[in-house]
Amino acid sequence: MAVLIHLAFVDGRAPAWSDALIAGVAEVFPNPIHTIAAPVDLPQCFVPSRQQHHAALVLAALLRHRPAPESKILGIVRVDLFVPVLTFVFGQAQLDGPGAVVSTYRLRSEFYGLPGDEGVLVERTIKECVHELGHSFGLVHCDYYDCVMHASSTVDEVDVRGAGLCGHCASVLEGKGWA
Amino acid sequence: MTDRRILIVDDEQSVRGSLEEWFREDGFQVETAEDGLAAIRAMERGPYDIILLDLKMPGMDGIAVQKRVREIDPRATIIILTAYASVETAVEALKLGAFDYVTKPVDPDELSNLVRNALNARALAEENVRLKETVSELTQATPILAVSAKMEHVLDLVRTVAETDSSVVVRGESGTGKELIARAIHAQSRRRYFPLVAVNAGSIPETLLESELFGHEKGAYTGAQYRRKGKIELANGGTLFLDEIGDISPKTQIDLLRVLETHRFTRLGGNQEIESDFRLVCATHKNLEKLVEEEQFREDLFYRINVFNIQVPPLRERPEDILPLARFFIEKYARAMGKPVKAVAPEAEAVLLGYRWPGNVRELENAVERAMVVGRGPALEARDLPVSALNGAADEPLARSIAALEKDHIARVLSDCEGNVTRAAKVLDIDRATLYNKLKRYGLRR
Repeated sequence: MAVLIHLAFVDGRAPAWSDALIAGVAEVFPNPIHTIAAPVDLPQCFVPSRQQHHAALVLAALLRHRPAPESKILGIVRVDLFVPVLTFVFGQAQLDGPGAVVSTYRLRSEFYGLPGDEGVLVERTIKECVHELGHSFGLVHCDYYDCVMHASSTVDEVDVRGAGLCGHCASVLEGKGWA
Repeated sequence: MTDRRILIVDDEQSVRGSLEEWFREDGFQVETAEDGLAAIRAMERGPYDIILLDLKMPGMDGIAVQKRVREIDPRATIIILTAYASVETAVEALKLGAFDYVTKPVDPDELSNLVRNALNARALAEENVRLKETVSELTQATPILAVSAKMEHVLDLVRTVAETDSSVVVRGESGTGKELIARAIHAQSRRRYFPLVAVNAGSIPETLLESELFGHEKGAYTGAQYRRKGKIELANGGTLFLDEIGDISPKTQIDLLRVLETHRFTRLGGNQEIESDFRLVCATHKNLEKLVEEEQFREDLFYRINVFNIQVPPLRERPEDILPLARFFIEKYARAMGKPVKAVAPEAEAVLLGYRWPGNVRELENAVERAMVVGRGPALEARDLPVSALNGAADEPLARSIAALEKDHIARVLSDCEGNVTRAAKVLDIDRATLYNKLKRYGLRR
């Protein structure tokens, strides 16, 4: 079932590497991918006590911009995201649901005091987008280290894991009728 | 899809929601509870692999909930969550058995590692229990030491019946090793990869035996707070060893007969029929035929269980086994106690052979163990054996030669006289020279 995927760069214009991102996501999800504008009011999602943006609020606002009921929407933000119990999240998705959001804030090498590296940023963003989309297609974390659905809570783990689905996750996706 | 389960207990909806999402993405089945009471209720739907518990909640606080959860599931893996980093409460929580303690907001990496470690620890604990059971199973399936023709015959019967699924009744006096025979049957059967579940009907009050055998549903009776599987259900695929079957009540006899006929039963207080494919091995020291005659044991059950009969002879009827068994136990306890005892002194041999052993192999093992505790080696001495063994007398002289009896008697008298030959000779009413000759002939020492 070719579900339409809407890609929204929430807090600004699409970066120069958006085509690379779309191509990377399409390698795993060969669905039609459309970029759309999703003017989410990010300041409304900012929590001063945490100095971060609430991922669930961003996602809820993003979902209001989903053009079609059967489609998925994936938002990409540059701000730092959190959920109440965790210090931060790279992204947030609704398991088997319509939406997901990914933050590039902690995917940038500069965040860790290293020189900027666009290639690394693009690679990490592709992996995170595929990972969160995987959740929205119903996939859970995978034990296989090289699978993109392997859980990672540090950027090093994001770098280590692969960008594609392992055979098991691919077959689960196929079983759900999404592949 | 995994079957790992987690219970999240936190009064903040946003925390519950985000943790629920996080763990669902991790493949967990998630249950949430907004306070202590809801957590206790959720425990009824347990068990959970992990319980994440907020420390500060209105009403029952996390420490109180933790205590209650532990009562319900002593093996629960609890991780304490709190917004307040307090060493005192952390220490208290850990003392109460919490796996660990984290402060909100939690670093995702820390939470991942914590959960992974908790799951690993739980898996190791479960594996440990399984391995202990296996070791216990292997240990208890000790090869049966048999030199005598009578025991060789018993072992032949074991080999014959093991391959079938027939019910077996193992009979014999207390301490003859009936359970060992049952385990040997199980170990040599096609069911050996499934459990052997033992129930001693004689040691369980009648009111509890029914629940022990058939299990019960929650609320089946006062105090039945949780569903429990019975031994019959646990023996599925394997063997149910029912010891002291002659002691079960008429009511349980009827229930047991029904299960043996259909291999189906229901838990106490339940409606659902459960099937269990088990093989029954019973044991008793009672005369079942006599109990049937006296109408204390159902005839139909008797015929159902008594398909194959194995009689384990008492130790006094197979004296050839006494010394090999004693040496086996010496080796066992020498290893366990780290003692250099390796042999049996001739006087001790005489005592062991002369005693009647009313408690059979169990009594022999206890006597050897006791002697090993007090003895210093290198051989097990007569003086180290329990007084009861020294004072005992074989009551079946037909099975013994006069020489053996004389040897035993002299050894006992000599021991009572603390090795004083003159006094012993007076007691025996023989002269000293005769006694010396007999000591030499029998290899006895003062």
